[in-house]
Amino acid sequence: MYAQMVKSEATQEDPEMLAAFQARIDAGEKIEPKDWMPAGYRKTLIRQIGQHAHSEIVGQLPEGNWITRAPTLERKAILLAKVQDEAGHGLYLYCAAETLGVTRDEMTEMLLDGRMKYSSIFNYPTLTWADMGAVGWLVDGAAIMNQVPLQRTSFGPYSRAMIRVCKEESFHQRQGYAVMMKMAQGTPAQKAMAQNALNRLWFPSLMMFGPSDADSTHSVQSMAWKIKMNTNDELRQKFVDQTVPQAEYLGLTVPDETLNWNAEKGGYDFAEPDWDEFFEVITGNGPCNTERLAARNKAWDDGKWVRDGLLAHAQKRKMRKVAAE
Amino acid sequence: MAAVDQAHLFTFLCRMGDNTLVLGHRVSEWCGHAPVLEEDIALANTALDLIGQTQMWLGLAAKVEGKDRTADDLAMLRDVWDFRNVLLVEQPNGDFGQTIMRQFLFDAWHLAMLTALTKSTNADVAAIAAKSVKEVQYHVERAGDTVIGLGDGTTESHQRMQKALDLLWPYVGEMFVPDPVDDAMAAAGIAPDLTDLRGDYDALVASVLAQATLKTPEGSFAHKGGKSGFQHSEHLGHLLTQMQWLQRAYPGASW
Ligand SMILES: [Fe+2]
Ligand SMILES: [Fe+2]
Repeated sequence: MYAQMVKSEATQEDPEMLAAFQARIDAGEKIEPKDWMPAGYRKTLIRQIGQHAHSEIVGQLPEGNWITRAPTLERKAILLAKVQDEAGHGLYLYCAAETLGVTRDEMTEMLLDGRMKYSSIFNYPTLTWADMGAVGWLVDGAAIMNQVPLQRTSFGPYSRAMIRVCKEESFHQRQGYAVMMKMAQGTPAQKAMAQNALNRLWFPSLMMFGPSDADSTHSVQSMAWKIKMNTNDELRQKFVDQTVPQAEYLGLTVPDETLNWNAEKGGYDFAEPDWDEFFEVITGNGPCNTERLAARNKAWDDGKWVRDGLLAHAQKRKMRKVAAE
Repeated sequence: MAAVDQAHLFTFLCRMGDNTLVLGHRVSEWCGHAPVLEEDIALANTALDLIGQTQMWLGLAAKVEGKDRTADDLAMLRDVWDFRNVLLVEQPNGDFGQTIMRQFLFDAWHLAMLTALTKSTNADVAAIAAKSVKEVQYHVERAGDTVIGLGDGTTESHQRMQKALDLLWPYVGEMFVPDPVDDAMAAAGIAPDLTDLRGDYDALVASVLAQATLKTPEGSFAHKGGKSGFQHSEHLGHLLTQMQWLQRAYPGASW
């Protein structure tokens, strides 16, 4: 997911306070920034929301890669609007995280020097126009699976950010599917391009949910705190069940020979992604990790004089105003 | 009023649409690489407005031409010599200061032009101008504020903005030099006399540059060749290799 492998922090606090806090969550109350919260809850949320925000920001890059090559004016406008939405999602999420006592600049520095992560999916390249369809369809589709339940998360600002984000994500997913449809019904070359995109992005999309966490103590704590609403496996299953019929409708083949409808469980059996590859990607060895981080670092470094200049101007104006009074 | 030569009208509409197309493309190159998240969002917004305006101008151009071409055909399937944008908008992004200075110098002209076009005798032109002028009003305010902020910021930001202004100033003149197409448009009341726009332009630019503590370059030399299509810069061809790649590589496909 956009926040993968977020370890929840152990908390050593007054058991009575902890119990009262848990009771609020169990009663469905929202926790607001000024409320008391366990240190572990705060730390875990900063990690999770921060990682989610960073994913939105880095996620601009693989799609931004095709804005200047979009095939029509309309497609260019739609893609640009989508990538702009992702920047907006980053902004809402940074704001939500800031309520927990960490600044956007601090989080940005942690992204840039590798202390904080972003979703593994954005370390894969976008090689053809069909990838713009596949990313919207699969990546935004997978993101929605996770984010819809997170609208009910216990932390108020995060929940409200998710409500805003989800409205836009479902639009992205539909647009992506529309691009795929056009390609799948297009020329033989377009159809091949669409199949090629699915072949490359299917397993990385399944990885977005993270490895099985059925037995993870971190997950148990996060689920009790309602900052994680479902297990990774539940969400992955849901995603596969939703996506396979969509692929069939497009006339495309999911690149998994073991894929099979299991009537008994009422869902598909499917192959696990290569988890060794996943761990390589999150430790920095994905196909585009170097480029993605370099691009973000360059934007930040090259932009320093702009940020400094605007700040200096704002301060000068303030001084002039004071002097005039 | 004399019936206007449709070939001239077509050229005029291509000029409007190519300006917004090429500048919109340039601005969209920033996507994901801006100095701060708010600028990523604002630049994308500007690019989106410009692409939307392109669809309207080139759509009308195609209709006037009457050869069954679409706005996309005009954008994606013409070569360099058929483009009619001014040289200013095809200049590379450079650093953020150069991008913003280019934006401001164009926006100030664009606003004056669109304001006049809202009174066009051609109802289609007036309608497009009326829709666009509100967007461009915002662009010019935003670009102007940023020019002021960076010009009057740190020593480094001031120097960078002055350098950008010096570099781009020779591309300003082309926007105001009328040719037979402009004369025909003015005679038919479709578009203003370009020389009439210069007064407002100079006043706005002088005010912003003064607040930005920037010095207007001396000299009145002006590059030309973009809006006539006679001689674009080398930059435009490279821009087209990206923009037109899919349509050229897969002719006839629908996207
Ligand atoms: Fe998003
Ligand atoms: Fe999205």
